[in-house]
Amino acid sequence: MNQMGFPLLTLVVWLPLLGAILVYAFRREQVKAVKVVALAFTALTFVGTLLLWAFFRSGEAGYQFVDRAAWIPQFGVEYALGVDGISLFLVILAALLFVVAVLTSWRLLPAEGMRGYFALLLFMETGVLGVFTALDLVLFYVFWEVMLVPAFFLIGRWGGAKRVRAATKFFIYTMAGSALMLVAILALGYVAYSATGAWTFNVANLAGVRIPWYTQLALFGAFALAFAVKAPVVPFHTWLPDAYVEAPTPVTILLAGILGKMGVYGFIRFAIPLFRDAAVYFGPTIQILAVIGVLYGSLIALVQTDLKRLVAYSSLAHVSLIVLGLFAVNAQSMSGAVFQSVSHGIYIAALFALLGALEARKGTRDIAAFGGVWKAAPVMGFFLLIAVLASVGLPGLNAFAGEFVLLLGVFKAQKALAVLGALGMIFGAWYMLTLFQRVMQGAAKPEALADLTGLEKVTVAPLLLLALVFGVQPNLLYSIIVPAVEAVVKAVAAR
Amino acid sequence: MLNYAWLVLIFPLVGVIINTFFGRYLGKRGAGILASAMVGLSFVGAVWMFAELLGLEDRVVTRPLFDWISVGDFNVQVKLLIDPLSSVMAVVVSGVSFLIHIYSIGYMAHDERFVRFFAYLNLFVFAMLTLVLAENLLVTYVGWEGVGLCSYLLIGFWFERKAAADAGKKAFLVNRVGDVGFALGLMMLFVTFGTLSMSQVLEQAMVVRLMPGVATAIALLLFVGAVGKSAQIPLYVWLPDAMEGPTPVSALIHAATMVTAGVYMVARTHMLFALSPTALTWVAAIGGLTAFFAATIALTQHDLKRVLAYSTISQLGYMFLGVGVGAYAAGIFHLTTHAFFKALLFLGAGSVMHALAGELDIRKMGGLRNKIPVTFWTFLFAALAIAGFPGLAGFFSKDEILWQTFANGKTLLWALALLTAGLTAFYIFRLVFTVFYGESRVDKKVAAHIHESPKVMTAPMAILAFFSVIGGYIGVPKILGGSNWIEHYLDGSLGWHAPEAAIAETAHASAGTEWALLILSVIVALAGIGLAYVFYVRRTDLPTRVAKSLGGLYTLVYNKYKVDELYMAVIVKPLRAVGKFFAESVDGPVVDGIAEGIAALVALIGRGLQALQTGLARNYALGILVGAVLLLAYALVR
Amino acid sequence: MSLSSLHYFILSAILFTIGGIGVLVRRNVFVIFMCVEMMLNAVNLSLIAFARYLNKADGQLLVLFVMAIAAAEVVVGLAILVALHRKRPTTDADEMNVLRG
Repeated sequence: MNQMGFPLLTLVVWLPLLGAILVYAFRREQVKAVKVVALAFTALTFVGTLLLWAFFRSGEAGYQFVDRAAWIPQFGVEYALGVDGISLFLVILAALLFVVAVLTSWRLLPAEGMRGYFALLLFMETGVLGVFTALDLVLFYVFWEVMLVPAFFLIGRWGGAKRVRAATKFFIYTMAGSALMLVAILALGYVAYSATGAWTFNVANLAGVRIPWYTQLALFGAFALAFAVKAPVVPFHTWLPDAYVEAPTPVTILLAGILGKMGVYGFIRFAIPLFRDAAVYFGPTIQILAVIGVLYGSLIALVQTDLKRLVAYSSLAHVSLIVLGLFAVNAQSMSGAVFQSVSHGIYIAALFALLGALEARKGTRDIAAFGGVWKAAPVMGFFLLIAVLASVGLPGLNAFAGEFVLLLGVFKAQKALAVLGALGMIFGAWYMLTLFQRVMQGAAKPEALADLTGLEKVTVAPLLLLALVFGVQPNLLYSIIVPAVEAVVKAVAAR
Repeated sequence: MLNYAWLVLIFPLVGVIINTFFGRYLGKRGAGILASAMVGLSFVGAVWMFAELLGLEDRVVTRPLFDWISVGDFNVQVKLLIDPLSSVMAVVVSGVSFLIHIYSIGYMAHDERFVRFFAYLNLFVFAMLTLVLAENLLVTYVGWEGVGLCSYLLIGFWFERKAAADAGKKAFLVNRVGDVGFALGLMMLFVTFGTLSMSQVLEQAMVVRLMPGVATAIALLLFVGAVGKSAQIPLYVWLPDAMEGPTPVSALIHAATMVTAGVYMVARTHMLFALSPTALTWVAAIGGLTAFFAATIALTQHDLKRVLAYSTISQLGYMFLGVGVGAYAAGIFHLTTHAFFKALLFLGAGSVMHALAGELDIRKMGGLRNKIPVTFWTFLFAALAIAGFPGLAGFFSKDEILWQTFANGKTLLWALALLTAGLTAFYIFRLVFTVFYGESRVDKKVAAHIHESPKVMTAPMAILAFFSVIGGYIGVPKILGGSNWIEHYLDGSLGWHAPEAAIAETAHASAGTEWALLILSVIVALAGIGLAYVFYVRRTDLPTRVAKSLGGLYTLVYNKYKVDELYMAVIVKPLRAVGKFFAESVDGPVVDGIAEGIAALVALIGRGLQALQTGLARNYALGILVGAVLLLAYALVR
Repeated sequence: MSLSSLHYFILSAILFTIGGIGVLVRRNVFVIFMCVEMMLNAVNLSLIAFARYLNKADGQLLVLFVMAIAAAEVVVGLAILVALHRKRPTTDADEMNVLRG
């Protein structure tokens, strides 16, 4: 069945759901117990994903830990889970960020409705993990949509002042994208049926099907729209600032850290390998949108006065760069993109966790209200500095190992786009250092902010440590990512 | 020791880690001593390596450490390259760093963030040595950005002051512009040669035939990086502002070591520059122009450290002029001597500030000669060295550059550089005379407390003064009976020339010409010193009168040619305006507006159809009936 | 004169039409409900008639289904109507328009 002889992946994916149900074994007042259960289940899931890494046979391109069972056999729909070098670290990152999210929720939220909150969080984790592991398109779609529901309620109920509007916008944007994807999935299944006479929705099987040119264009368009909304790619990004800003900090961490990566993952797992001709045909268009996203997001971030909004737009710029890499379709650009997806998830989570701590202390997100915080809160300053430097792409921290390789790949393919993308590195330094200066440097404000608590330190420090470790030893990731990516590149080249 | 070369890097890193996490338990004394000791160990290691290298036949040694990034055909190995060039640089960097660490123990004694300061300094040494010893250019880039980070942190060390925080950010951003050029250069290099390993590039450079322009593009992109880091036109604007940092930082990072990284990098990758005469010409021209341009600004400034900053820019220009005419060894030679005397000048300035409670305006100094004698004498030696006084360090190295420029046939640049030499002598002795001679113009309150700096500060100054005097004797030219040892030694690293000898062979001008030029440059230097004497000791009314008679020109130079203002108006403000425009007028109204518009359209249609929903079950039943009848009718008619 | 299938069809059509008209013109919800039942039974009748006419059992089978479901429907429907009647003391269908858009 797989190298474990044990359905580890299935266990990992469904464990959080079990936690979500178990949360309700406690009474409403037993907040502490609920939190502990949530932490225990996210932590256990994380350990499970680490086991995946430990037992992963690196150097192989195919799926591992595959769990398969018939689901709707009449239409060839399967329950099929598996990971490969592309998804492994996204799975681990997701599990890690859910632990971080639970930890940042510890003190941040009012006790009211805690059971529901953590149940939704755990429910969402199953959805997210499912998205990254599903090998059957129908199953993938189910997870994709299922994840949306808890996200909607988490933003809509526990968010900031304009939470309902933000949640609705987020929901409708994603739905609008994914509705077409559903049609495309069914159409794809039918195309495969017509071609081979057997129903299947399995990615591996579908990749071998020759799809007529115009059908490819249409299906790729539908898939790409869903992923472009999720990533997001300009101009489908306007849900992002609202959702990132209005969501409670732990949910912002998840939105920015992992949910956006689902779009990136969708491109590299489905849109590109399934519709190779169309991906090559539309590639330059999407790349131009991505470059616009890099510059546009950066310039807007430059003038923001709201902490979270600034980082939200920076996230737009960084994710756009990842998309730019994806569509250059070579080993460096795509591996860099996958690596950078993981590394962006790490430092953006640290950034939002720290901004959340700042917001909680000051009661506002207005940058002008801060200043000289470093003096009173040296640890917070130190942590934010590292997070900012990671985001800026300082060598030795993880983003550099991703961005340089990514841009190198793009440079190989299209020099002009790489040059424009590299401009984002200048702007990135500009707005992030401006943020750091206005919050941490300058004359201290009269009321001193408290430094990070022990819990906050424990939450953020591992992320920063990871940023350093992956910056110094990127091959930990690349040795696993590259073979899987090269298989995709080869498939596209041989189309 | 060569097998343990990594120790040279590790020592300062250990210092960083200990001081960052346990520094507060060590106390000030302990933290300072620890940091200095770590750099001291590095220095010992560097000297040891240097000595071992001298005894070797093949003086290019590499030591692999670990694989860093491997993605497809892109492989980067962290590997140390110990050859004549890097060993000289490592000795200079660790040596000067060590002295400045010790100086800082005294200078920063009263600072509340003392421990953090030393952690930053150690981190800087680590990054700088990484830059120097890296075999792979991407690892060089790591050190390159690492020193930029330390520069940022140390300029903004007193971050409560807005000016300091601004200056730090400016330094980082201007450097970033250069760094992106560097990074793109690396990408181009990789696409062309398929490797970023220095030794492999060197091998390939001998055999590959490049498309015309490719070599130039690579070299110029790398040079953009050098221009940023080494503060050349047009990216020099961050260096004067960097003087907001503590003075030891100005001495170490913004004079002696980091800013010379650009020169080092060009020398390191000279095989690429050698392939492109066009690029070399650019390097020489930018260097020569910057040297002159910055020297003119240095003439007019009143801030002691800023004068030195512009002087640094100008001297870096000389180094680029040197490497730009293919005299890489001469450039590195000047880099070395400059590290001694410029670090000393800054330390002297720091000592003056120490004596005068932080005063930097030279108009409020004067007559300090007898009050702080050690500072005065060491400063004087450094000034003589930079002015090119015969026999001192700067004389030999600067003259080598001048001679090579002339011999290379770049007469115009030579003339400019010679003129700059005169300006250099003039502005540096302007400082000497206004600060240490004449009437005291010091504030009464401050004057009462003037005192010589403690030994922990003066001892490093004395050592640097010693090297400023004798440092030049490693490169005494043949006509003066020397052997130009440094050039021969560096030949092991820098002796590579393009296969078809792309650069014009150094013209073999006669020894007579060389003598004539030598004497000419001595005359120019002495004239500069003499003129400064006349202006600032004999007839102190002259400077104002000259300034008056120059009018607008003087104001323009005094205002640093308004380059900062220009950049602000042409680059910074428009970009922010575009960002504001996007944020306020595009993202919300247009992009989001379209999405919201579609939503509104759907709502509108919904409201139109609303009337059909009467809520009366019988109306719906009628609707069903009518529909059924219509369907039937259609089926029948068809 | 023997009864042909046609007679059954005509009767079924008449019953269906009466039921349909009843649904459309009557205002009392209970009567409307009865009319719906009448329409169902009219369909049942035609199903049986067709079953005999075509000599197939399918139609009869379907009728059994319809009757079973109609029974369930009556239960639910009447329950809803009774519950509704408690809330608003009226049987006039035109008064029940809370679903108006």
